[in-house]
This record gives sequence, structure tokens and C-alpha cells, in this order.
Amino acid sequence: MASILFYILGFVMLAATLLCVTCRNPVHAVIYLVKGFFALALMFYLLGAPLIAAWEVIVYVGAIMVLFLFIIMVLELAPREQPQEPGWQRWVPGLLLAASIMICTLLIIFQDPSAASHGPNHFVGPREFGEALFGKYALAVEVVSFQLLFAAVGAYYLGRYQPRRRNEEDQT
Amino acid sequence: MGIWRDIKGTLLPFWITLGYLFTKPATIQYPEEKRTPPPRYRARIVLTRDPDGNERCVACHLCSAACPVDCISMQAAETEDGRRYAAWFRINFARCIFCGLCAEACPTLAIQMTPDYEICNRDPLSLVQEKEDLLIDGCGKDEEYNFYRHSGIGVVNPRGGNEDENAPVNPKALVP
Amino acid sequence: MSDLLLNLALILVKLGLIFAVILSMAAYLVLAERKILGRMQLRHGPNRLGPFGLIQPVADVIKLITKEDFVPDQSDKWLFLFAPGLTALTALLSFVVVPFSPPLAIFGRELPMVVCDLNIGLLYFLGISSLGVYGVVIGGWASNSKYSLLGAIRSLGQLLSYELSMGLALIPVVLTAKSFSLTDIVMSQADWPNLVRHPLAFLIFLVSIAAESKRTPFDMPEAENEIVGGFHTEYSGMRFGLFFVGEYINLVILGSMLTVLFLGGWHGPLLPPIVWFSLKVLFVAFCFIWARGTMPRLRYDQLMHLGWKVLIPLALLNLLVTAAVLLALKG
Ligand code: SF4
Ligand code: SF4
Repeated sequence: MASILFYILGFVMLAATLLCVTCRNPVHAVIYLVKGFFALALMFYLLGAPLIAAWEVIVYVGAIMVLFLFIIMVLELAPREQPQEPGWQRWVPGLLLAASIMICTLLIIFQDPSAASHGPNHFVGPREFGEALFGKYALAVEVVSFQLLFAAVGAYYLGRYQPRRRNEEDQT
Repeated sequence: MGIWRDIKGTLLPFWITLGYLFTKPATIQYPEEKRTPPPRYRARIVLTRDPDGNERCVACHLCSAACPVDCISMQAAETEDGRRYAAWFRINFARCIFCGLCAEACPTLAIQMTPDYEICNRDPLSLVQEKEDLLIDGCGKDEEYNFYRHSGIGVVNPRGGNEDENAPVNPKALVP
Repeated sequence: MSDLLLNLALILVKLGLIFAVILSMAAYLVLAERKILGRMQLRHGPNRLGPFGLIQPVADVIKLITKEDFVPDQSDKWLFLFAPGLTALTALLSFVVVPFSPPLAIFGRELPMVVCDLNIGLLYFLGISSLGVYGVVIGGWASNSKYSLLGAIRSLGQLLSYELSMGLALIPVVLTAKSFSLTDIVMSQADWPNLVRHPLAFLIFLVSIAAESKRTPFDMPEAENEIVGGFHTEYSGMRFGLFFVGEYINLVILGSMLTVLFLGGWHGPLLPPIVWFSLKVLFVAFCFIWARGTMPRLRYDQLMHLGWKVLIPLALLNLLVTAAVLLALKG
């Protein structure tokens, strides 16, 4: 059961990501990507990592994709004039993906909770996760966090206000 | 201290709105509770009569000229003795904006505004009122005033024969 | 197998009950809001239909259903049609993890009074509430109207910024309860509600959820008098109704989260737990309505300033101090 679901979800995720990169409309692409992340979160859950599944939804779907949407909308990248296309065929892939994610979710929810042994042998709880993160992998976590810090500082440096440079450009 | 001012400025409004929550609302519940408008309220228009009981209107068309939405129309007519009156007189209340300009323009005080404001209706055609609907038995706001006793052509008194009038001047006599 | 069926039936019954309660509560919150706002402005509010206007919500629903469901010509039709449902659905879904009473013993079985007691309930709530923005944004974008787009952009920025401070304000609570499960968090507040233990976190969370629910001091995304209703400018009929009801469901959800996380959940003297829980939720909802009757709308730069330069540093500081104190107490 669990492995079948895993393959279905994997296919859904691949299809969603493929549609995302081939889609013309950036907002639609973001929605496909969100679907892909959902499938990925469900896969993590199936593999016995509910915490990572939750983070996947909170961080990627809830924050990063929202940022993408923000940028797309602020820059108005989305084509405003859409050609009047024949309609529903274009929506079949999206609807199919959404429907399969929904069905998989329901199947997972109504799986026999006592028979969790079908899937992974044990679920990693928040406590173990935290211990692994800040015990065994503490160094890696610190390195990654430093990298993020550098990225933030770099972004700030690149985006700082530079009144001087404009004057120079004017002179040349 | 800025911060105390800020905190007070944030919390005090809450106290005030809470106080309003327990104050009696100022609303007047209209169909059940009606308030009496002041006497000079501008609502339904009437045509009044002079103290003798004759129609005041002399069909001078000043009201219809003054009306910004052109909702007054009439036909002038004249009796044997030279007294003018409106053969028919029509006000379309569906268009009237109750501005009171007609009443202000009227030289005979015939057309007057009353405080009767409840004239809304589902049938706009019933709001087009004729002279029979508009004419009332009474003088309205000014009980004494009778146009023909102060000016106008000789219907009640000969020309220039009214108390506050001078006799008409013969223009030819003014030539030097 | 019969055990499984029983569990399933129980979950469905609880789900149905909660949906019914929440939907009617949302409908009556609309009425309550209109009445309370009216009284605060020295008006009566709706009072024509039934005693004290109690049938007004029914009339509203009838009106919304019978109105034309208008779809703009140049809009992205499917997304446009589907966005309002997403808003209402995500709002409803978060209630699955809210515990509203201690476990009940019926027929010798322990019956938890929560639809699904996830051990990461708090994270589930955060995840679902971060999904809530999608309905608004997609709806605003799909309408293909300038005002809707502006509303969508505003709500994106706002929700993104305040989600951070909201999450950071919750960590001290998790630290004291030593669990992500909402039931455990309520249990940990048996003697002291978290309001007393973490007053700063409470304040930060309060402001953040006010911003998250897009209600008055923070209602830039819909600002009727600036951008004509923002993301729902183009919506009419029941689709507008879904956005509208979604907002009030959200109010109930956030009120219950505040209750569960900071006001001690169902704990309280004398009255039965469920009564305490609903009283607290209603009180929080009243406070939100009260704030709407009192506060003017912030400017967008003020909003961002408050979020990024005040709330997030404060929340981080609070987190640091709480963690240090807890460590010191333990060691
Ligand atoms: S009140 Fe004004 S609008 Fe009405 S009839 Fe008189 S002049 Fe016309
Ligand atoms: S202004 Fe007075 S007198 Fe003249 S037509 Fe109108 S109502 Fe009659």
C-alpha cells in the first residue's frame, strides 16, 4: 500500500515539476510547483518524517512560494492579455494532479492507524529530529546557517542605496 | 515620556468605544418612531388660497421657470374680470428635489412647502399630481396675504387703488 | 476492523459537528460584529429581521446565493472560480487540531475532544494558516483587475511578514510545554495560563494574528476606501460570500488558537471545560471586533515597520531570554 502510494506521489511530483518548467504563465507555474511540494510533503510523511513534511509545507509552500508569487506580481511578469484559448483541456493536467494528491491524502489519513507497520518502522518525532539536528549534525547546521547569513549580508550589500554611482554615470 | 503617551493613545480609544457601546443609540427607528419636522421643512408642495377663498396662483410661470428640474407645468387662463388662474397645474413629485426655489419665486405665496415628507410610492405615475391634488382650503403659512390687495391689475381694486400703492403715473405727463 | 470503522465514524461525527458549529458561529459573528460596531457608533445595527435581527444571517445567505455569480471576461476563469473555496477551506481545515475540551470517557473508551490530535499540531496550524494566503492571492491575481492585484500584493507582503513573528512568538510556548501537540500545550497551562508566563510573546502573537486575519488595524489588503475591496473587488454572490465567511472562520480559528496557546484553553474554575473554551474564544472575537471599532488603518510602510523592525526583533529577544531562563531553571 505504502509503496504504491509512494510511486504515485513520486509520479505526481515529477509531472507537476515538469509542468511547472514548461508552463508559460508564471503564476500557473508556481501553482504546479506548490502541487509538487505537496506531493513531496506527503512522501516525507509516508517515509515516517511528519515533521519534515510539515516544514516542507510551512517553509516551501507557505513562505518561499509566496515570495515567488510576490516577485511575480510586483514585476507584473504574468501575461496580462491571455489569448482566448479553448478552455478546459488546458486545465486537465492541473486538475488531475490536484485530484491525485487529494486522493492520496485521504488514503493516508484513513489508513489503518494501528497498522502503521506497512510503512516505515517508526515515525521520527520532533524530539528525535531536534536531537539529530543539533547533536549529530550540529556542525552542518551551523555551516548552512552561516551560508544563509552570508547570503543575507551579500543581498543587503548589493541592494544598498548608492547615490554616488548614479552621479558618476551621469558624468560619463 | 513618549512611550507612555503612545500606550495611553492606544488604550484610551478602546475605553471610549467601550463607553459608546453602552450608550443609547442616537438612531430614530423610522416607521415606528416618527419625528415632527420643523414647520419650515421642505416636503410636499401645496397650492394655497387667499383669505377670501380664491386660488392664489396667477399662473405667472415663475415657479416653473425657477424649478431646476423642470417639474412644474401649467396652462394659464383668465376669468371675465381679468383675474388670471391656472387652467391646469401639474407637479411631478417623482422629479421634484424639494429645493424650495418655486416657493421662493412665487409672488403670490400660492405655492408653498409643507412638512409632510411621507410621499414615497412604488408607482411613479401616482406622484404626478394635478391641481386638484395640490390645492388646499387654506392660506398655508401666511394667513393675511392677498396678492390682489397689494398689487396686480385691477381685479379687487382699480389699478393703483390699493393701500400701499401709488396711483399709476401717466408717462406722457413726465415729458418736460 | 470494527475498531477502525468506529474511529472513522467518530472522526466524521466530530468533523461534522465542528463544521456545523463553526459555520453557524461565523454567520452569527458577522451579525455580532455588525451589531457591536453599530452600537459603538451609536447606531442599532441590523434589527429588522426577527428579534434583535437574529435572522439576518439567513437573509444574508439567501441574498448572496441568489445574486449573479459574475466572472470578469479577461479573468483566469478556473483560478478565479476556485480561489474563494480555497480560502474558506484552509480556514476550516485548521480547526482539525484544536482541542476544545479534555478527553471524555464514553463507553469505557477515552474520547479525545479534538478531531485529530497530531503530535505536531502547532506546525500543522502554522502550515495551514500560511496556505490561507493562496486563496486571497490567486483570487486577486485571477480577477485581472488593478485593484485586485494591488490587494493581492499587499496581502502577500503582510502575511509573509507577520507569519514570521507569529511563529517566533510561539516558540516560547513550545519550550515550556515541551511539545508541539496542542493538547499537551493546554495541559501545561493547568495552573498558570501562558498569558502570565509569556506576556511579551502573547502581545506579539496577538498583533500578528490580527495582521494575519486582515482585520481592521491591518486591513490594507481589502481597504474599501483605497482599493475598493482589494482582492475581492471582482467577486460577487456566493463566491464573495465564501471570502467573507472565510474571514470570520479565520477569526474563530485564531481566537481558539489564542485561547489554546495563551489563555489556558479549557482550564477555568466552576464551569465545564467546553463552556470556558467557548467563552474565551468569544471574548477574543469580541476584542477583535472592538479593535475594529476603535483603531484606524495603518499605512503600509507603518505595517512593514511594525512587523520587521519591532515585532520580529522583540520576538527573537523574547525567545532568547525565555530559553536562557528555562535552561537556568533546569540546570
Ligand atoms: S421644490 Fe424645487 S424641484 Fe420641487 S417643484 Fe419646487 S423648484 Fe421644482
Ligand atoms: S409662481 Fe406662484 S403664482 Fe406664479 S404660477 Fe407658480 S404658483 Fe402660480
